[in-house]
Amino acid sequence: MSRNTKLLGAAAMLIVLAAAVFSAMRFFMAPPDDLDLARSKASAAGLYRVTIAPELEPIEQGPLQAFLVTVTTPDGKPVDDAKLSVDGGMPQHGHGLPTRPQASGPLGEGRYRIEGLRFHMSGWWVLKIGIEGPAGRDEADFNLVL
Amino acid sequence: MAVRLPTIAVAALALAPLLAACNPDTLTEAERKQVASLSLAALAPLPPDPTNRVADDPAAAALGEALFFDTAMSPSGTVACGTCHQADRQFQDGLPLGKGVGATDRRTMPIAGAAYSPFQFWDGRADSLWAQALWPMEEAREHGGTRAFYVHVVAQKYRDAYEAVFGPLPDIAGLPPAAGPKGTAAERAAWEALDGGRQDGVNRAYANIGKAIAAYERTLLPAETRFDRFAAALAAGREPEGDARFSDLETEGLTLFLGSANCVTCHNGPRFTDDHFHNTGVPQAAGLPEDHGRAQAVPLLLSDPFNCQGPYSDAPGRCDELRFMIREGEELERAFKTPSLRGAAGRAPYMHSGQIATLEDVVAHYSAAPAAPSGHSEVNPITLTDRGRAALVAFLKTLE
Repeated sequence: MSRNTKLLGAAAMLIVLAAAVFSAMRFFMAPPDDLDLARSKASAAGLYRVTIAPELEPIEQGPLQAFLVTVTTPDGKPVDDAKLSVDGGMPQHGHGLPTRPQASGPLGEGRYRIEGLRFHMSGWWVLKIGIEGPAGRDEADFNLVL
Repeated sequence: MAVRLPTIAVAALALAPLLAACNPDTLTEAERKQVASLSLAALAPLPPDPTNRVADDPAAAALGEALFFDTAMSPSGTVACGTCHQADRQFQDGLPLGKGVGATDRRTMPIAGAAYSPFQFWDGRADSLWAQALWPMEEAREHGGTRAFYVHVVAQKYRDAYEAVFGPLPDIAGLPPAAGPKGTAAERAAWEALDGGRQDGVNRAYANIGKAIAAYERTLLPAETRFDRFAAALAAGREPEGDARFSDLETEGLTLFLGSANCVTCHNGPRFTDDHFHNTGVPQAAGLPEDHGRAQAVPLLLSDPFNCQGPYSDAPGRCDELRFMIREGEELERAFKTPSLRGAAGRAPYMHSGQIATLEDVVAHYSAAPAAPSGHSEVNPITLTDRGRAALVAFLKTLE
């Protein structure tokens, strides 16, 4: 093996290492692979079943938008006398939502409308829907990836 | 000799990703999508501004253009909007701090594409282009005038053009030459002496001056760049040719911009801005009062009679941006608007008070991510090699 070939080999090793470090850095900022992206789930304490539906699909980065939220009892009966609250943010950037979204009153059949949502950055977002209803207070957290 | 061939093969394989990084054909699918999302081809049509009923009226834009460049729009006769927003310099002045009648505390912002942004100024204290235009005219260190003064100027020089767009000007007989709520003590007293009806008439005409200027500014849009030609070739599946071809360094810069340098998280979309306000640990400018950015702007915006919900708005019921705006909290402290990066390479110095002299120093700032003078910086430090820094700067220059 000539000296040049050895040098080439060493350079190759370095490049492989650099590529691995680079991939690891990028991976670090990527959303976790195992995020639960379900749009319908039981609330944290199991008091309600909560379903979110963006009014426009796919979710757009930038403009103000609205989501429809449906709240039912665990066995599927609409909850029409709840008060909803909205919170959230980007766990990997340490900031909350860029706007102050507001939930409407009940629209019937367990539906509520959340207005004023904005996702101004790409990546992993968490949307926390608080439900103050007849069964008590509970929260459902949804992951969104833009 | 037996090992020689495999060694070369390993080396070639290992080199493949590096070589690939220089070739747009092998950008990942996700990177290609990001490039497309940043391209001017992805820019949506200009959203309407219902708060300004003449926003897209060419006669209003023509009047606005004349007003924008007329130094008669200042009592000293020396300052127009175009004094700081210079048409041949991307509508900015290249100075750390804008200079009208006196020196201001902030860097002059460029105008191309500003009409897309829901909030204007570094701190977003205006929620429309027309409300923005009214601030500097009454700021003592910028145009240094009062709203009564501007109504007089329009009545003398632009009456026909104004009345063709907006209808009759208010009666100026007996209107003091200088009167306004933000002026000197004498100018404020003159304003207070006017009855409510007269004040309202002056306010309406003053708002209309802003609306004409806004109509002109809405015509100023970002221009196509080398990056857009690169992106167009990529989208069409062609090899970029001529100046659309990126050098190895530029391609590396693009990959860093989209990837580990995290620039694209805030500098996103075809204007390379999320239109939001961030604390990125930019140092306080020496010799200037403490600047709280968005935190000090929110009360000003909410109390501005020229905001979307005010009596001079043409659509006070359509103010979702104001309605859903965050009004308090730690995140507003020293948060400043993400500037567009289109043309930024030709717009030194950088940041809201021109604190950082060169693009290289801006990259160094984001790499080091110093703690914020107040509030909390959102930026995390990253390690960049010298070549990585040079690559990012080279990429930013493709946006000129």
